[in-house]
Amino acid sequence: MAAIDQVARPRTSFSVRRVAAADIGHVIALDERVTGLAKPDYWHDVFERYGKRRLHERIFLVADPFKADARTPILGFIIGEVRAWEFGSAPCGWVFALSVEPRARLRGVGQALFAAISAEFRKAGVGKMRTMVARDNRLHLMFFRSEGMMAGPYIQLEKEVERDAGQS
Amino acid sequence: MKLQISSRLAIFAMLELAARVDRQLSVAEIGLKYGISNHHLAKVMHVLGRAGLVRSVRGAGGGYQLSGNVRRLTLLEIIQLFENLDSEDAHAPGDLTDEGNALGQVLSEIDDSVRATLGSITVATMLKLVDRVAKDKRHARPSAEEPARRPSRVV
Repeated sequence: MAAIDQVARPRTSFSVRRVAAADIGHVIALDERVTGLAKPDYWHDVFERYGKRRLHERIFLVADPFKADARTPILGFIIGEVRAWEFGSAPCGWVFALSVEPRARLRGVGQALFAAISAEFRKAGVGKMRTMVARDNRLHLMFFRSEGMMAGPYIQLEKEVERDAGQS
Repeated sequence: MKLQISSRLAIFAMLELAARVDRQLSVAEIGLKYGISNHHLAKVMHVLGRAGLVRSVRGAGGGYQLSGNVRRLTLLEIIQLFENLDSEDAHAPGDLTDEGNALGQVLSEIDDSVRATLGSITVATMLKLVDRVAKDKRHARPSAEEPARRPSRVV
């Protein structure tokens, strides 16, 4: 599989490439380590949709260490897709998942994944990318800010669905 | 939103020091760029020093040096040394009424958003932003000398 981006850094070396079926177990394990919640069905479904279909606009990348060991078979992953005309928005790239192995943080893994997905979005013909981060997720907010992301023109709103909603 | 002048000065001073980590900067050097009185800036630097974000170096060529981690230190942490960002006092008139509570919900939504924004922008990120703004400005406004350097067109 061709590497999209190769990064050699003093403390770690890895390539960024498209996800493969053999990575999904590692993605599930990494996500569980980071979030404390195992979601195997979700990740298998994400792989079916983002790792196999419409790959020109769906991008699922993993950071693959040159020297993998049992504890870090992958260093991280990022997933996004081109979405068009939702909420009246012109086509843009949405990043909806990013995770970096805690032991490999501050070594440029997130930065390389972000750069690689930006390049894929550019290839897909979009010039803007978006994401959504929980306000209290300081780590992710700081990361995306450091990559130059700013507040966009949309405001996310939500409410509790009332128990009697839809009943007359 | 508006920041108090001390918060602005503190952010400017931290950016100057972070951009030149290899040397000390005096209050006068920082003040000159932003047109700030040395007296006011010295007070701000004292607060930053007490918080452990800068350290003063005495002697000839002395000044201030950064001592915080620019990749972790956020604008919120700097600003909170000088002001309280909450929009309402703890006991504003009418705050126990339903109307007061409803207004409080709206204002706390704004406060949360301000804190999330300022709390996610580090000094290092600000330096990148400053570079980007400068670059955009250069691209938007070509230098006044440029037309003169261009060879005149022969028709």
